[in-house]
Amino acid sequence: MPDAPTRSAAPGEPMIEARGLRKSFGSFEAVRGIDVDVRRGEAFGFLGPNGAGKSSTMRMVAAVSPVTGGRLRILGLDPAADGPAIRSRIGVCPQEDTLDTELSVRDNLYVYGRYFGMGRREVRDRVEELLEFVQLTEKADARVDDLSGGMKRRLTIARSLVNSPELLLLDEPTTGLDPQARHVVWERLFRLKQQGVTLVLTTHYMDEAEQLTDRLVVMDKGLVVAEGSPLQLIREHSTREVAELRFGVAEPGAGHDRLVDRVGDLAERVEVLPDRLLLYTADGEETLAKVHERGLEPVATLVRRATLEDVFLRLTGRTLVD
Amino acid sequence: MAGGSRGSAPTSTLHGALRLVDYWATVYRRTWRGSIVTSFVTPLLYVLAMGVLLGGFVDADPETLEGATSYLAFVVPGMVAATTMTTVVGEVTYPVMAMTKWNRTYYSMTATPLGVPDIVLAHLGFVAFRVTVTAAVFLAVTAPFGVYASALGVLVALPVQVLLGLALAAPLYAFSAGLRDETAFSLVFRLGMIPMFLFSGAFFPVANLDAPLEALARATPLWHGVDLTRMLVLGVPDASLALVHVAYLLVLVVLGWWWAVRRLARRMEQ
Repeated sequence: MPDAPTRSAAPGEPMIEARGLRKSFGSFEAVRGIDVDVRRGEAFGFLGPNGAGKSSTMRMVAAVSPVTGGRLRILGLDPAADGPAIRSRIGVCPQEDTLDTELSVRDNLYVYGRYFGMGRREVRDRVEELLEFVQLTEKADARVDDLSGGMKRRLTIARSLVNSPELLLLDEPTTGLDPQARHVVWERLFRLKQQGVTLVLTTHYMDEAEQLTDRLVVMDKGLVVAEGSPLQLIREHSTREVAELRFGVAEPGAGHDRLVDRVGDLAERVEVLPDRLLLYTADGEETLAKVHERGLEPVATLVRRATLEDVFLRLTGRTLVD
Repeated sequence: MAGGSRGSAPTSTLHGALRLVDYWATVYRRTWRGSIVTSFVTPLLYVLAMGVLLGGFVDADPETLEGATSYLAFVVPGMVAATTMTTVVGEVTYPVMAMTKWNRTYYSMTATPLGVPDIVLAHLGFVAFRVTVTAAVFLAVTAPFGVYASALGVLVALPVQVLLGLALAAPLYAFSAGLRDETAFSLVFRLGMIPMFLFSGAFFPVANLDAPLEALARATPLWHGVDLTRMLVLGVPDASLALVHVAYLLVLVVLGWWWAVRRLARRMEQ
């Protein structure tokens, strides 16, 4: 059911271009000067903890929140001058559902399509396609109030696709969903990506960023602290593997710091968390064996591949999900 | 799902507002049965209780009834205008809060090519429609009581209800659109709607009030609406006074509109 691209656009054409982009609310600076480039067909992510400035950035890109400073172009247009034209060509899936809970699933999609100036028949056909795409055809006449969280999310995604957007913005698309519902959403988004829709999403889940994005920026406190593909970022900022040693929560004041002295030379880098040590190393099993040789007895151990979580920890000294 | 966008930017505020007609029609389809029944029953109850039963005890000199020949004739047009007010208050308090806060429906609208003025115009347009239906039913249901002087007066009184409705709706809409918490609505009801309902000339001539209170009553939008409605349906028009009423109500519409667009735009940026 993908539509053939009708707009004559070379692949790789810039969809979002931000230079020194800033957003303030009173004296609070939510976004403190970021540069971002997203090209047609890319799946791009903003990764960061709550309060990093991801949502504020997304609302500026969605042409609903005025830019405080810097330059921003979306689809080559200035949101201050061409907000409605930009919004007519993009799709927005907000963090909080903004569905009309008293209307049916189908009516929610239908009225939304009409906001874009699409004809009644055109919208009706499109709504049936979209219901099929997000597997809600059987729920078409149900009231939104009666849907599960995952179904509401899928409906919100379907709604954001009603105008066949060139650029789809997803703010925390799977936050609050159970693992199964998350995977259904991921699978649908992956299909959109294959169909060539430019995806821009924010997330504080590293696995989501790794699964869905080609390229991402890591944001912290309103700034971009790293940029690259998930693999690149892991290579640049972490070792291949991580050996985790769990010790139970340390006594306040004592900490696990003195343990670092005993294993510090076994890894390229050691991170100390309240309940465990993370040893960054090329070969986790080998490192673990050496740890045991030295007579340390952690409560539990785990060897895993490094993830974006480790990149984030390295760059900011904090974990993503507190 | 990909490819050429099928959306377009509206060419004017009216064009944008027209794109919201299907939304409001969908909302109305769900609720019209209940609202129509209320529109029929409410005027009958009011006219029977206040006009016929209470009015039976009121032995007022017609000289004091602002051109009405009986208390029934005095109170019916007052209740038409008062009902316009209660209809409007119902439409632009909790429903607006639902769209800014509880369901955040307005946020879904501003994510599309629609602008804030388009959204305000469509919502107030729906309020105007609700007032038209409610007032038309009220005027029709009360016609058999024989107090209306001419069909023409009644016909003109209908757009007057829309004007009065918008004069009340636009500023109250603006107030609701910026509100964080719904408890302020109880103040609107207790300090705004109920005193206006009781003291703005719908049930007794405002001349009965002490001078300062009378001046206060004459400053309320409802009194202008009541007086205009009454002179029209009872066939005792006063052209210069009518002009003052219309001008007063129009100014409220314009100021309310300006404030409403401003307040909602600010709210939507957050």
